[in-house]
Amino acid sequence: MARPSLKALQNENEKSSVRPVAVVRPGESVEQSLYEVRKKIYPRAVHGWFAAWRWALVWLTQLVFYGGAWLQWNGRQALLFDIAQRKFYIFGLVFWPQDIIYLTVLLVISALSLFLFTAVAGRLWCGYACPQTVYTEIFMWVEKMIEGDRAQRIRLDRGELSPRKLGLKAAKHGAWLAIALWTGFTFVGYFTPIRELWHDVWSASAGPWSTFWILFYGFATYGNAGWMREQVCKYMCPYARFQSAMFDPDTLIITYDPQRGEPRGGRARGADLKQLRLGDCVDCGICVQVCPTGIDIRNGLQYECIGCAACIDGCNQVMDKMGYPRGLIRYSTEHAMERGLSQAQMMKRAFRPRVLVYTGILALIVAAAAASLWLRVPLKVDVIRDRAAIAREVEGGLVENVYRLQIMNTTEEPRRFEISADGLPSLELASPAEVELPAASSREVTVRLRVDPAEVLPGTHRIEFEVRALGEDGVKVEEKSVFIVR
Amino acid sequence: MSQFSSSFWDIYIAVITLVSVIACGVFLKMQSKRRVAGTATETTGHTWDEDLGEYNNPLPRWWMWLFYITIVFALGYLALYPGLGSYKGLLGWTEVGQLEQENAHAEAQFGPIYDKYAKTDLVDLAKTPEALAIGQKLFLNNCAQCHASDAGGSKGFPNLTDNDWLWGGDPATIEATITGGRTGVMPPWGPVLGEQGVKDVAHYVMSLSGLAHDSIRAERGKALFAQNCVACHGPEGKGNPALGAPNLTDKTCLYGSGEPTIIETITKGRTSQMPTFKDRLSTARIHLLAAYVYSLSHHGGTAPPGK
Repeated sequence: MARPSLKALQNENEKSSVRPVAVVRPGESVEQSLYEVRKKIYPRAVHGWFAAWRWALVWLTQLVFYGGAWLQWNGRQALLFDIAQRKFYIFGLVFWPQDIIYLTVLLVISALSLFLFTAVAGRLWCGYACPQTVYTEIFMWVEKMIEGDRAQRIRLDRGELSPRKLGLKAAKHGAWLAIALWTGFTFVGYFTPIRELWHDVWSASAGPWSTFWILFYGFATYGNAGWMREQVCKYMCPYARFQSAMFDPDTLIITYDPQRGEPRGGRARGADLKQLRLGDCVDCGICVQVCPTGIDIRNGLQYECIGCAACIDGCNQVMDKMGYPRGLIRYSTEHAMERGLSQAQMMKRAFRPRVLVYTGILALIVAAAAASLWLRVPLKVDVIRDRAAIAREVEGGLVENVYRLQIMNTTEEPRRFEISADGLPSLELASPAEVELPAASSREVTVRLRVDPAEVLPGTHRIEFEVRALGEDGVKVEEKSVFIVR
Repeated sequence: MSQFSSSFWDIYIAVITLVSVIACGVFLKMQSKRRVAGTATETTGHTWDEDLGEYNNPLPRWWMWLFYITIVFALGYLALYPGLGSYKGLLGWTEVGQLEQENAHAEAQFGPIYDKYAKTDLVDLAKTPEALAIGQKLFLNNCAQCHASDAGGSKGFPNLTDNDWLWGGDPATIEATITGGRTGVMPPWGPVLGEQGVKDVAHYVMSLSGLAHDSIRAERGKALFAQNCVACHGPEGKGNPALGAPNLTDKTCLYGSGEPTIIETITKGRTSQMPTFKDRLSTARIHLLAAYVYSLSHHGGTAPPGK
């Protein structure tokens, strides 16, 4: 069974395993279905270095997620995405809809990080940090605590319906639903103040939309982590489908070492391999049993592999028991396997141009975003010139133009602002120059500018407004507009 | 589909739609399984780029059921809603009906607020910030195009903030102006007065507002004014709100105060039109709008007149 070429593997839809083929005599024909009934996967629990990493990330992400919503800052929720008021609060920062660029930048950073991590070590995100993985891990832990490990679960599912089975199933789904609802509640708590939501939920007075989203997100968690599991990764997740475009022969992927492992076969502990003509693989099937997507990693890289490294942990345990060196299944690269590169040579190749370019672009964008956030002026101004009423004559023969200034105070303190305009001789402000705005609010201010027509030519002139926060240096915004003299 | 005289197109659309929907189901059924001659293969049989095959990775069966559900949904939707030619659907839904329903819903929601304001006296309303906020929104949507967003007016469109009124500025008149609109007509005097006569009258009018003028011309113009203009503008040039004839003795000039502008006005006349709003806005909204306009030249206005 030769390892398939990478070209074949990278063909998005390909599966390198050679599945058992029904033996059919020539001349006959067989019917093949293009749809199949899902075979339920019973992943066996696994311990080890990579499982510990995954659990560390489960704890980290869930502490941030479940805990973050409860943090307070400046007398308000520290992390609140207030869609109704169109303000996003992230600790000391308040983002307005005009700051959408930062969301774009965040998405660009996320995408580039994905490229970078995938180029270096494959589906790290999928294997350790993706919510689908994290919640599945939590749900599987609950399942194991209640129903037992793989063999017990298989037995339970095959067994007759009994009070014990009913009880275990009810307990499992009850626990799952509790976690799912708490997740839904926390999720909604990022969009509507969570402390109020908590009281509303307990007094059954949460609004219809809050209730809907708590239930919806709870249902999605329960369904995806409890029932759908690997199917989300296999059939729904677009990332799983375009990852192959980001792999190259130097990408670290979870690899079974067939040169060392084959021919596989059972043997007694301490048996002489040379005599048996066997490789290191004892064909115990642990790597298949622990796989959450139900594949056999020994068939090579497959699109279903989410890179969780459960098979590495499982195999290492067996190798330890057998007294063989670890790493029959390990993170390795295609080049390393083909050319027999040493660990150091393989790692050196991590610093290839592709990775360096990704790192460089990522560092640049992160630095630019940080600088931009640091230098952000907490004031926004839009100038809207009256469209239909172009210019008018006022007392003393002066020409007047009318503007509406949308001034947005994006700080969390009330501020006074001074409006001024510049760009034409004799240009003067004919409306109040100072305006006061409450904390984090916006106001539309009508501004009148006058010019003596004797001093300027008829036509359109460029002018510039300046809005300056009083008593605060550097908080000012300049906006261009035009003044029209008939 | 009433633009077509025959019902052929109704049937044509309905048949195409139904056949397409049902065909989707039939094709799905046909394509769910396939017969392979000889031994079963793992690939779909397609080959690209000379040697790239595609393995058959079956989709889960629940996925296939989702396809069937969409077909059932489509048929149910077509039965309930209008989608097949001129068939009205079992629910009798129409776009106009939905609009009316939403309007009725909005009316039920906001009606009481407007009703409350509609019963409030306009002068009191002009001191209510909440009412003025609504009034300003109405003003910006309906009036700012001509009167400017600060209500300071524009050439030919009066300033509403200076308490100088063409048709009268008491609450009832403001409301009547918005409701019914106004048409102000000044006939052309060029043919009657002649070029020199027009210039003389212009200088007299400038003298009334205290603008720089030629006093000899103004003296001659006074006589012409007394013969021709007093009918509308009054013997002292103070105007007549019943006709919308402006007061010529103040500094406010609707079309501009320069000599060429005044000559143009007298020679060619002016017609100004304020449209009627009774078909666009409910009486309650007009009431609020009038209160806002009233507030602009009385205390508590949000846009104080220019310095």
